[in-house]
Amino acid sequence: MASVSLSGVHKRFGDTHVVRGVDLDIADGEFLVLVGSSGCGKSTLLRMLAGLEQPSSGSIAIGGRVVNDVAPRDRDIAMVFQSYALYPHMTVRENMGFGLKVRGAAAPEIDAAVADAARVLDIVHLLDRKPKEMSGGQRQRVAMGRALVRKPKVFLFDEPLSNLDASLRGQMRVELKRLHAKLGVTTVYVTHDQVEAMTLADRIALLDKGVVQQVGTPAELYDWPANRFTARFLGSPGMNFVEAELRDGRVFAPGVDVPVVAELLAEGTTDGPVWIGVRPHDLRLEVGGAAGAIEAEVDVLEPMGWETHAHLRVGDARWTARFDAADAASLTPRGRVRCSVAPRSARLFARDDERALYRAPGPT
Amino acid sequence: MDDGQQTVSWGRQLARQALLIAVSAVTLYPVLWVVKLAVSPQASMGGGFNPLPTGFTLAHFERVLTARDTLGNLLFPIQLANSLTVSIATTLVGIVLSTTAGYAFSRFDFPGKDAGMKAFLVTQMFPGVVMAVPLYILMDELGLLNSMAGLTLVYSTTSVPFSVWMLKGYFDTIPRDLEEAALVDGASQWTIFTRVILPLATPAIVVTGLFSFMTAWNEFILAATFLSGERHMTLPTVLYGYVDENSTDWAPFAAGAILVSLPVMALFFVLQRHLVGGLTAGGVKG
Ligand SMILES: Nc1ncnc2c1ncn2[C@@H]1O[C@H](COP(=O)(O)OP(=O)(O)OP(=O)(O)O)[C@@H](O)[C@H]1O
Ligand SMILES: [Mg+2]
Repeated sequence: MASVSLSGVHKRFGDTHVVRGVDLDIADGEFLVLVGSSGCGKSTLLRMLAGLEQPSSGSIAIGGRVVNDVAPRDRDIAMVFQSYALYPHMTVRENMGFGLKVRGAAAPEIDAAVADAARVLDIVHLLDRKPKEMSGGQRQRVAMGRALVRKPKVFLFDEPLSNLDASLRGQMRVELKRLHAKLGVTTVYVTHDQVEAMTLADRIALLDKGVVQQVGTPAELYDWPANRFTARFLGSPGMNFVEAELRDGRVFAPGVDVPVVAELLAEGTTDGPVWIGVRPHDLRLEVGGAAGAIEAEVDVLEPMGWETHAHLRVGDARWTARFDAADAASLTPRGRVRCSVAPRSARLFARDDERALYRAPGPT
Repeated sequence: MDDGQQTVSWGRQLARQALLIAVSAVTLYPVLWVVKLAVSPQASMGGGFNPLPTGFTLAHFERVLTARDTLGNLLFPIQLANSLTVSIATTLVGIVLSTTAGYAFSRFDFPGKDAGMKAFLVTQMFPGVVMAVPLYILMDELGLLNSMAGLTLVYSTTSVPFSVWMLKGYFDTIPRDLEEAALVDGASQWTIFTRVILPLATPAIVVTGLFSFMTAWNEFILAATFLSGERHMTLPTVLYGYVDENSTDWAPFAAGAILVSLPVMALFFVLQRHLVGGLTAGGVKG
């Protein structure tokens, strides 16, 4: 097992600057999820870890050893490709044993390793099949088995579940988590799916346009997004925003009046234009006509049964709120609604560079 | 498969069979004529449209198989060996050169890559005859006239460029993920080529190999130009000897033609299952 660290890593393809200065330290045994929207450079970053691409500048270290000039085969990593990349002409057994075989391992040793991995992944009955004789989920397992067999120091996964249907994806997610808990191998996992990121990660690194926006535990990123991009990316439905004004310890926008929590406010924050952000489940419906901090017009109601998603207009902005189904029964489209938000649940972001203006409380 | 056929209605079944019979008849008619000429005792080009033999004899085959030179040596085995040598050598040279070259053209970037591929294409635009004279001069200079090595070289100049194009096109369809997976697995470039790429390219290699073999096996003009003396000839040139300006002996010609076709037919028969491609199915995605 090994730690992984990237420092000042850039990657250019001709004129396109795909990875723009990534610093990242991944601890031994950690499950780090690299998440970001399509084209942000996740795969490129992973391929640089694997040695399939050379960084244009910066350095990559695995287990404390700089590996920029080390061939993929000598990096002690295993990679699971999005396409699975199983060798079509080989059986599952041969696919899984290939890595050991080309490294000159003895046949009994290969057989034992393959049998072990097959047992862990519950694919013993598939060992003599060819890839084309298996379902997508089975191929996925075999691809993981092939990575497992070599007992590498680092696992690299590039969207391994994206070709599976939703229920299988959920199942494999749980299994991946169990597997990591059991083996404890350092893992870098690329996905564009925030659910996978939230559920699997020890820590998430959120990437946008080749730059790491924030690194932290799923809870940190969700509760204390470092900027508006992170706040928007995680959570479904996403955080609601409206352009607002920070003045005299309060945040104002048309229909919005929320007090500032001074102890959370970053040092040096001055009055001026800001964004206020509120998660859909942090909006409370004020029934019985009590004055609320946020006044909105109901646009569309989506009853889910256990709760109701209310699409609202707050000034010019469109917000989503998740209300208790019983409370929402009194709402009508086009009607007015009053909500409140706990001041500590609201988030403030600078209008210019969109950085978070609230800092997580706690030991400093 | 069988189930599918049973659901077809009688009318369609009948129409389908009629069409197949018609096509078979058209295809087999000339072949039957050759057979007729080869086995009929009184062979002649006349006799109307009837393609069925008017008797049966193996004398014409015997004549071809037992032709002797002036010293009394059997010629056919030598000439068959010549043909096989040239054809097999051309095939092997073609496969070795064009798999490696095709792979390089498909996967690596190097100066002159595009120009190289175009140059290969240009050589395909000239029929062999056009090259006969310059090739003759070259072969003469190199002292390779009347040798199987020389003829192999000449045939390879036509078959290799075609094979490189074919194989490059096929290699292009093999996903790079497979090679990258092998690279991470620990395979060297050469191992990847021999253990991953070549097995997956089997259908294309079989097709190009068959093409090279048949090019060399059937070729007449260049062989006739570069080879002289009965003991050096390949079978197509031998066949021509039966119907040159002095004599038109169609019977041994036809018998010889059948003998020459047999190996190619056997090859097709053996290799046909490889000709149906699709080995890469199932390796990547679903
Ligand atoms: N070999 C290459 N040559 C040129 N551009 C490339 C190359 N590989 C990737 N890119 C570009 O780099 C950018 C990032 O690609 P990358 O594959 O890393 O994205 P990604 O985050 O993995 O996206 P996705 O979620 O769609 O897989 C894209 O704009 C892509 O077009
Ligand atoms: Mg990708």
